[in-house]
Amino acid sequence: MVIALPVFIESLTMSQTPDLECRAISKSFDDFKAVKDVSFSVPQGTFFSILGPSGCGKTTLLRMIAGFQKPTSGDLLIKGNSVLEVPPNKRPVSMVFQHLALFPMMNIGANVGFGLRQRGVNKTDIKQQVERVLERVGLGGVADRPVASLSGGQKQRVAIARCMVLEPDVLLLDEPLGALDLKLREHMKIELKQLQSEFNTTFVYITHDQSEALVMSDQIAVMNHGVFEQLGTAKELYYEPSTAFVAGFVGEANRFAATVESVNGTDVQMITDQGKALRGVDAGQGVQRGDSVDVFVRPEAVRLSRDVSQTGQLGNGGAGRVENILFNGANSQLILRDQASGAEMNIAMPQTGEFRDLTQGDVIAYGWEPQQTRVYSSARGRHGL
Amino acid sequence: MVGNLSKRGYIAAHGGGMVSDKSKLTFWLLMAPLLIWLVTLIVLPHVGMFLVSMREKIGVREYQTSFANYEVFFNEPLYWNTFARTAYMSITATALTLGIGFPIAYYIAKLTRGRTKTTLFLMCLIPFWVSELVRTFGWMILLRETGVFSNVLQYLGLVSGPVEMLYNDAAIMTGLVYTSMLFMVVPLVTTLDSLDDSLIEAGYDLGASSFAILREIIIPHAMPGIVSGCIVVFMLSLGNYLTPILLGGKDSLWFTGLIYSQFITRFNWELGSAFGFLLLGLSSLIVFVGLKLSRQSLTKTMGQA
Repeated sequence: MVIALPVFIESLTMSQTPDLECRAISKSFDDFKAVKDVSFSVPQGTFFSILGPSGCGKTTLLRMIAGFQKPTSGDLLIKGNSVLEVPPNKRPVSMVFQHLALFPMMNIGANVGFGLRQRGVNKTDIKQQVERVLERVGLGGVADRPVASLSGGQKQRVAIARCMVLEPDVLLLDEPLGALDLKLREHMKIELKQLQSEFNTTFVYITHDQSEALVMSDQIAVMNHGVFEQLGTAKELYYEPSTAFVAGFVGEANRFAATVESVNGTDVQMITDQGKALRGVDAGQGVQRGDSVDVFVRPEAVRLSRDVSQTGQLGNGGAGRVENILFNGANSQLILRDQASGAEMNIAMPQTGEFRDLTQGDVIAYGWEPQQTRVYSSARGRHGL
Repeated sequence: MVGNLSKRGYIAAHGGGMVSDKSKLTFWLLMAPLLIWLVTLIVLPHVGMFLVSMREKIGVREYQTSFANYEVFFNEPLYWNTFARTAYMSITATALTLGIGFPIAYYIAKLTRGRTKTTLFLMCLIPFWVSELVRTFGWMILLRETGVFSNVLQYLGLVSGPVEMLYNDAAIMTGLVYTSMLFMVVPLVTTLDSLDDSLIEAGYDLGASSFAILREIIIPHAMPGIVSGCIVVFMLSLGNYLTPILLGGKDSLWFTGLIYSQFITRFNWELGSAFGFLLLGLSSLIVFVGLKLSRQSLTKTMGQA
């Protein structure tokens, strides 16, 4: 026992070493800062997504991890070792490229075996390992076929197999689903998640598509203008966005500009620019009386009723005229104009069938709870002070 | 009713015939310049030359059909030695051009962008705005005994007297490589341009060294460009007359020089024609072997580059 304890502690600390760790990493191109002091760590076996609009610096970040770009400052550790000085062909990471970058001059087997050949593994072992990994991605027996004979989804799996055969510590994926059509993309989301849990490898996935990130990831970082706005699980990002950018970028939201009337704890009373009184909760930015704020409400948080008394006590709401009905099956939406203030609201159509007969021009009562109303300090700053 | 139907059928058939006649006519009219060019400038002269090459002079204006002219070639060591020398010098020139042209093309296609790329590409083209004769004289000014290089070497004190750098194989080789560089660089830049950068990055990412990437990804991708560039450069070198004669002097021993002297100096058209046909056969054979060795097809390489 005396000897076993330090061993136990060592194994404990070993398992806690994250597969990937970035410490205050930055990258500048001339006078443009693409990535600014980003720090995060990814534990072993995590599906980690970096979600952000194009130009937010996510590709630069991924290319730094892969080794194609050198950080201006900061440190990058893989399994606890700094890899800043390690060239891309020596790093224990593999990357699935946006357009997959399968080698057209080689057949599928040679593509998957490429990395093993570079390591000098003997031919019979390569053949076995290639066949095994192809079977794991559900493509057994295709090794001798040309790459062009595969469909989009199959190419995707070959690209993953080509990386996984090398057993990398971290697999990087650069929007690999972007080139696929919608149906296949939906299917591949599930498949990617399954492959990840099957291989139990750490995945770092970058995308601008929030649904890809929400469906697949254990952890998501929302990136904008070179910094992480928020890092958390899909649920946290959706229900408790910590910045106005995250609230607007992840999921749908109604957005109002308002001015704070009074603050009581986290409870905030406001008047929108269009003159509508609202109650909401401070999202943690410490808004004060007189502040300009942005208010976010999810379309599905708003309840509809034909009876004003049912929505009246919810805290926020009023009566609205139906401007438009955007029918999209289960995702149908209602565009409502508030009769008092003239503000436009986007409301998810309840799927109970109760409002199926609603038509343009109808007037209906709507309301939502203050807890579902998140308040953020506005970039416009304070007025009245 | 029946008559009406058949009449309509007749019109339909006839109308259709007119359409196809018209498109056939258009086709032949469009093809005519190409066909006239091929037949009058290539097929006819070659048929004529072949017939001339098969004539043996047995007396004044007396000829008989035989292979005597071809026999002369094989029985005279000077002729087939020159022939072999032309072939291997051309192959060497092609290999050298490829060796020098590939890094240049790779640099232009992969390591430069926008303005720099266009400028570099133009710089490869600029020497071709002056005639080949002037360009070759340029080399003579540099290389001759009283030329620039000789003077610079004397000025620097590296040599005691004037050095003649013209009239040797190295001078011929320099001229050949210089003349044909563009024809190697252009197809190479085109094929290398079409190589997706992410393939190279994927290679590095999967652990390949720069050499492995060159061998397994870049060269296989550029193969059509390499082969078509080599074919053009080889043909140009083999058929070059000006460069070997001017830079190699009277001892240059280039096969085109032999053909020239048979036709013009010796007035022996029969032997000259036979030489011409042998050169055609030789170049076709070497190109064929080259294609087989690189496992490329002529249609594929010419189609791509």
